[in-house]
Amino acid sequence: MTAAVLAPPRHISPAKAAQHGFSLAWRGILKIRKNPEQLIDVTIQPILFLVLFVYLFGGAVAGSTGAYLQNLAPGLLVQNTIMASLSAGVALNTDVSKGVFDRFRSMPIARSAPLVGAVLADIVRYLVAIAVLLITATIMGFRIHTDPGSVLVAVAVLVVAGLCFCWIAVFVGMLVSNPGSVQGIMIAFIFPLTFGSNVFVPSNTMPGWLHAWSDISPVSLLADAIRGLLVGGEVGGPLLGALAWMAGVVLVFFPLAMRAYRRRVG
Amino acid sequence: MSLAIQAEGLVKRFGETVALNGVDLRVPTGKVVGVLGPNGAGKTTAVRILATLLQPDSGHATVGGYDVVRDPVRVRSLIGLTGQYASVDEDLSGNENLVLIGRLLGLSRPAAKARAAGLLEQFELTEAAGRAAKTYSGGMRRRLDLAASLVGHPQVLYLDEPTTGLDPHARNEVWAVIRRLVADGATVLLTTQYLDEADQLADSITVIDHGRVVAEGRADELKRRVGGQTMLVRPTALSDMDIVERILADLTGVNPVRDNDTGLLTAPVSDPVLLSTMVRKLDDAGITADELALRLPSLDEVFLALTGKPAEEVAV
Repeated sequence: MTAAVLAPPRHISPAKAAQHGFSLAWRGILKIRKNPEQLIDVTIQPILFLVLFVYLFGGAVAGSTGAYLQNLAPGLLVQNTIMASLSAGVALNTDVSKGVFDRFRSMPIARSAPLVGAVLADIVRYLVAIAVLLITATIMGFRIHTDPGSVLVAVAVLVVAGLCFCWIAVFVGMLVSNPGSVQGIMIAFIFPLTFGSNVFVPSNTMPGWLHAWSDISPVSLLADAIRGLLVGGEVGGPLLGALAWMAGVVLVFFPLAMRAYRRRVG
Repeated sequence: MSLAIQAEGLVKRFGETVALNGVDLRVPTGKVVGVLGPNGAGKTTAVRILATLLQPDSGHATVGGYDVVRDPVRVRSLIGLTGQYASVDEDLSGNENLVLIGRLLGLSRPAAKARAAGLLEQFELTEAAGRAAKTYSGGMRRRLDLAASLVGHPQVLYLDEPTTGLDPHARNEVWAVIRRLVADGATVLLTTQYLDEADQLADSITVIDHGRVVAEGRADELKRRVGGQTMLVRPTALSDMDIVERILADLTGVNPVRDNDTGLLTAPVSDPVLLSTMVRKLDDAGITADELALRLPSLDEVFLALTGKPAEEVAV
């Protein structure tokens, strides 16, 4: 007897899995479009930071608001991208507790699809965050001194950094019970990390131990690389250091996040 | 008779709690089997195992011939899941939800859109298609859930408490939809805590309680199994209820169901002759009754007899 009906495939092919990831990324982007207020933390907040720091501390730190802005804006881009990278963790944590996640799990789609979808949808958040900050800074007097190619590289570096750092938030998101805790834990981690760097003040005014850390901090290295790419200066050294950090974060947190994710969604 | 779902000896524990304690289930292709039981009886756990969302601690189950543990991807391509847990994305519109599911199931963009439009029409949601699902009424939400589980033309449909929490009007809407699906030949596993729902929709009923199957059969078989008939007594004076309750208990050997509002006492009886005995005993006690009769038991009484709990206590 020959089988009249072809048996459904037993496994999901990688190509199919990628497609599922893209479909769920589309869902994430739709949700951003419907609730633009979820972009507040990566738009309004950095604008406030920019205005506040430039006009309040600019004169004291750099002698003039204009000089400070040239230094601060690239650094804020880094802080902002790292802030934006926590949203995949929040989104997944929110999702897994909802009925719609059971529907996804009961469908013949890749287990990783919701994860891939959340991470890919975040690229849109990174790009919006970068654009809003760059435009505001430009209105305030920030000037790019390099070529469009360097700017594109800077944007790419920021997006890739976001995609690397997001695994920390995904890991935390799969461990704790509610979205508020993900946010709380991640901000308690991101604030010291980004302030303990050369984003807001030059490292050489800090006490020795903090100066030492700030010099090797991934945030400082990334900020230096972005400064180099936007206003000129050394790019290669800081960029290599930053890439090493990003690789390290991915090596440690990607497997941790995947394990926690599998454990959480079964 | 081919079986769409076959489960044997399913056991599932959550810590100390035994959710399923050896459940067997058989759903013939093209039939509707109702799984009836109180809250916490293990209905949803059983559905989640059969939908590959949970793994059983022991026992095994096949859907369409595929093992739910060894071949989950194949099982998932055969089933549609709907009910209190499997749901839709509240932020997306009805249309976007259905298109997303179509895309995930491998339909091209135009095909996914066409399928979504067809289902929205079928479930009378075309007007609300562009609105976010969170703005839908309870009945519309369930209809959208149902539509979502049908996008992939599933061979087997799980309806997990499809009308729990709905008002009677919305419940009727959902029932009408389910009847249409059944008429089209769908195989359905329906869980419910409402007896009339199982009675109305299911070809056969499996009653589970405390993670065990306590009875199965067609509704009328179940009714017959519980001692054939029910004796009803309504004493003229409500103050006589205690005495009548005792007499009825002595006579039938079962604690009667007592309704203090209507003054009605009911108990299953195996022998119709007991009716005349009852008349005599009431006479001896000098009690008059407004109503004294035998009838086939209601499913509520079946439920009480099988689970030891009245259904009303259960369906809160």
